[in-house]
Amino acid sequence: MTTNSVLHVADVHKSFGGLKALSDVDLNVEEGTTHAIIGPNGAGKSTLLNVCVGRIKPDSGHVVFNGEVLDNHTPDEINQLGVSRVFQTPEIFSDLTLLDNVMIPAFASRDGSFSLRPFSKLRHEKAIREDAENTLADVGLAVMKDREAGSLSRGDKRRLELAMCLIQQPKLLLLDEPTAGMARHDTNRTVDLLKTIKQRGMTKVIIEHDMHVVFSLADRISVLAQGRIIASGTPDEIKGNPKVQEAYLGGAH
Amino acid sequence: MKQLFSREPFALLAFSVVILAMPLWLTPLGANYPDLLQKFAIFAIFAMGFNILFGLTGYLSFGHAAFLGVGSYAAVWSFKLFTMNVLPAIFFGVAFAGLFGLLIGYISLRRSGIYFSILTLAFAQMCYNLAYSVLTPITNGETGLQLTLQDPRIIDRAFAEAGAGLPETNLFGIDMSGYPGFYFCAVMLIICFFITRRIFNSPFGLMLRGIKSNQNRMGYTGFATRPYTLTAFVISGMFAGLAGSLLAVTDPLAGAERMQWTASGEVVLMTILGGVGTLIGPMLGAWIIKYFENIFSSFNNATLENAFSFLPEGLRTMAVDVSSLFVGEGWHLTLGVLFMLIVIFLPGGLMEGWRRLLRRFSGGGGGKSETAPVVQPAE
Amino acid sequence: MDAILLQFLNGLDKGGAYALIALGLTLVFGTLGVVNFAHGALFMLGAFCAVTFNKLLSLEQVVLDETKKTAWGTATEIRTPYIESWFGELGSFLLDYSVPVSILVTIPVMLLIGIVMERGLIKHFYNRPHADQILVTFGLAIVIQEIIKHYFGANPIPQAAPDIVDGSANIGALFGLGDNIVYPWWRLVYFGFSATIIASVFAFLQFTTYGMVVRAGMRDSETVGMLGINIQKRFTVVFGLAAVVAGLAGVMYTPILPPDYHMGMDFLVLSFVVVVVGGMGSLPGAVLAGFMLGILQSFASMTEIKSIFPGIDQIIIYLVAVVILLTMPRGLMGREGVMEE
Repeated sequence: MTTNSVLHVADVHKSFGGLKALSDVDLNVEEGTTHAIIGPNGAGKSTLLNVCVGRIKPDSGHVVFNGEVLDNHTPDEINQLGVSRVFQTPEIFSDLTLLDNVMIPAFASRDGSFSLRPFSKLRHEKAIREDAENTLADVGLAVMKDREAGSLSRGDKRRLELAMCLIQQPKLLLLDEPTAGMARHDTNRTVDLLKTIKQRGMTKVIIEHDMHVVFSLADRISVLAQGRIIASGTPDEIKGNPKVQEAYLGGAH
Repeated sequence: MKQLFSREPFALLAFSVVILAMPLWLTPLGANYPDLLQKFAIFAIFAMGFNILFGLTGYLSFGHAAFLGVGSYAAVWSFKLFTMNVLPAIFFGVAFAGLFGLLIGYISLRRSGIYFSILTLAFAQMCYNLAYSVLTPITNGETGLQLTLQDPRIIDRAFAEAGAGLPETNLFGIDMSGYPGFYFCAVMLIICFFITRRIFNSPFGLMLRGIKSNQNRMGYTGFATRPYTLTAFVISGMFAGLAGSLLAVTDPLAGAERMQWTASGEVVLMTILGGVGTLIGPMLGAWIIKYFENIFSSFNNATLENAFSFLPEGLRTMAVDVSSLFVGEGWHLTLGVLFMLIVIFLPGGLMEGWRRLLRRFSGGGGGKSETAPVVQPAE
Repeated sequence: MDAILLQFLNGLDKGGAYALIALGLTLVFGTLGVVNFAHGALFMLGAFCAVTFNKLLSLEQVVLDETKKTAWGTATEIRTPYIESWFGELGSFLLDYSVPVSILVTIPVMLLIGIVMERGLIKHFYNRPHADQILVTFGLAIVIQEIIKHYFGANPIPQAAPDIVDGSANIGALFGLGDNIVYPWWRLVYFGFSATIIASVFAFLQFTTYGMVVRAGMRDSETVGMLGINIQKRFTVVFGLAAVVAGLAGVMYTPILPPDYHMGMDFLVLSFVVVVVGGMGSLPGAVLAGFMLGILQSFASMTEIKSIFPGIDQIIIYLVAVVILLTMPRGLMGREGVMEE
């Protein structure tokens, strides 16, 4: 079968000092799928995402997105190609309102990485404002749109960051533990939300500890342990894989 | 009321009326004389421009006085070489400050935080030290750059013979000293207010605020942040250049001390005192500092004796003794105490105090979104 | 060769002053997280401790000698410092050595000033933004400056080094390098003094429990807070220590530079450059950068170098700062993440 690979991580190595964070990592994410990456703490999951968004450069190997090699791309260029990311600790604009938080990424998608129009009026940007309000409504934060983002609860901050990514309608969405710190009720809502995006055909890579979330979302799962991918496959294949059980039970405990 | 002022024409009109009527409402405060009024307008421009950089992007420049100095020198050279008309002078002042801003900003903005501050400080101190020493042919060193009778002034000479004494700066024949000079500066201030207000309310301004709030996120959101910060830096440098050239317009003399770090520090204090990131806070800060500098430093013991004349003899001597510490030569002490009081009791500056007052009078309901400095659309 | 050695020596005393001020700044910044713009004022206050001490010692008793008449037929005034009439030889000795002896007075005075400053003002600013800290300490610096100006006037007040080290040392002859290297004794004393103070501060940090807390706090202030150590008290001591170091640097500098009320600000700006070049929060970095910039500055003022790069002596420190900050993002020895918000 011919599948369309959106993200291809090819043979990536990265070490910090003497510590090998990633070695030989090879990963293919196919268009329209949700690819979960699981593994014990310190396995290199966040490092992998950092390499994908240009936060750190790999020592060797490449990241290819939609046929484009990302080696020398800065984070903003990678975003402009269509990659958005939700961070493990929410990266939001704490002292701006929720509406501003969501409008800023919308401008990035519409106007590119830099546009100099210092005298145009924000209040004339009706389309972007409506879009932002709708996206806030999607994640359930519409009523709070004029609040300062810094005053939100941790779970709400995550949902806000998700909205900031969604409004860009990225081709690839990277999610680093999107439900950590959320109450069960909010986790379920987030999962539902992510499911609806899946129907729209957005490709997602998700790092998650909550197996309930992983198995209800993922089409494919890769298991990372000590910087290596030890298994890759459908959820059912992973469930029965003895190496995975060892990594989780034997290796971690 | 609030909605009315959020409309651009009304905001501009109200601002213009307040500025142009300064001679009227400053009379009871004893500040209605042209020299001081000119300084009010000029330093308001300086602080407003500084705030575009510091208030919006959060980058604290500690060398903004360099642009003030460059603007002054460029303007005086324009008076010496071309014409006493002030328009070319402010054009050159702004243009040269812009160029300097581009150069210094391009290098300094490679770093952030205190490293950026120290880089800008280093550049400004280099300008200052060089202006005093090696660049004397351009800056006339310690004496400062002045007009002389030998100046070519080619454009003016083409139309008229040189007069006997040193000419005055003018705007197509209107002398720029005294009140006309103030009104010229005031018009410039109104234009700058308009520009600043537009920037504050533009998507560009929102991006700058985004950079201040979380520069990393801006990168991952797809913005190349450096062009934004560089633009803000250059714009704010040009404001400073305009202020510098206006200083030369009202008094055609440029000295290196205008570029010293104390001058850079002063504009930081003005901005913080008034309220960082607010539209008119920095202007208020500039006014208060200039007011104190001029009014308090002019007090002497006789004035104090007068002021305390209602007290009995012994008390009066004591009151005069104590308060004489704070005025005249000692007005800096007042300034120092004022800063400490403001920072201790009113972080956020005067505008924060004003907002607190508003909140108190509007019935104590603090939950409403009264805090947003950006004017939100009415509908 | 001689000239180079001489410039090197010339840089040492200035470098010593930069290093001492920068050391205190870094100590306060690293442990307390406070950017102290009043630190230069502490340096200046130290210098004025020496001035005050000398003034007190020089209070004179005026005796009229009726037997000797002046040209106007009035009695001759004989002025003797009280200290000499009371203690004789010891008195003259004290007067001669007033600068180094005033150290004994300076230490308790500066410690007290430091503690009062920290308890009264600085401690309320631990959790405030850096901009607030800068502004409030800047205001305090102005206040201190103006008070000094009010009592001591605006003019510099020269102080003499003790007679024995008043002249110049023939360093060249001492080390067998020829007679051309002549260098004021006092500057050598200052260098030795600053080196001693720096060594003592490092020893204090290395071998005492206070030092341990300080070093741990500079690395990770949150953890230290959780250990249940009485941080407040130790912070006060650290601030007092920084004040004493700055004050001592000021006392001993008075024979080199006659103190006036704004000397603190002049040194403060350079010291901030020093701290940043050394790397925010790094004590060895501060010392290294202090000496390095002092020596570079002295080399840049050689006529040979000035003739190649006119004006270089005026800008060398800033130029070096720019180059270092552009090539080494966090200064010579700085750590990641300090003050980059």
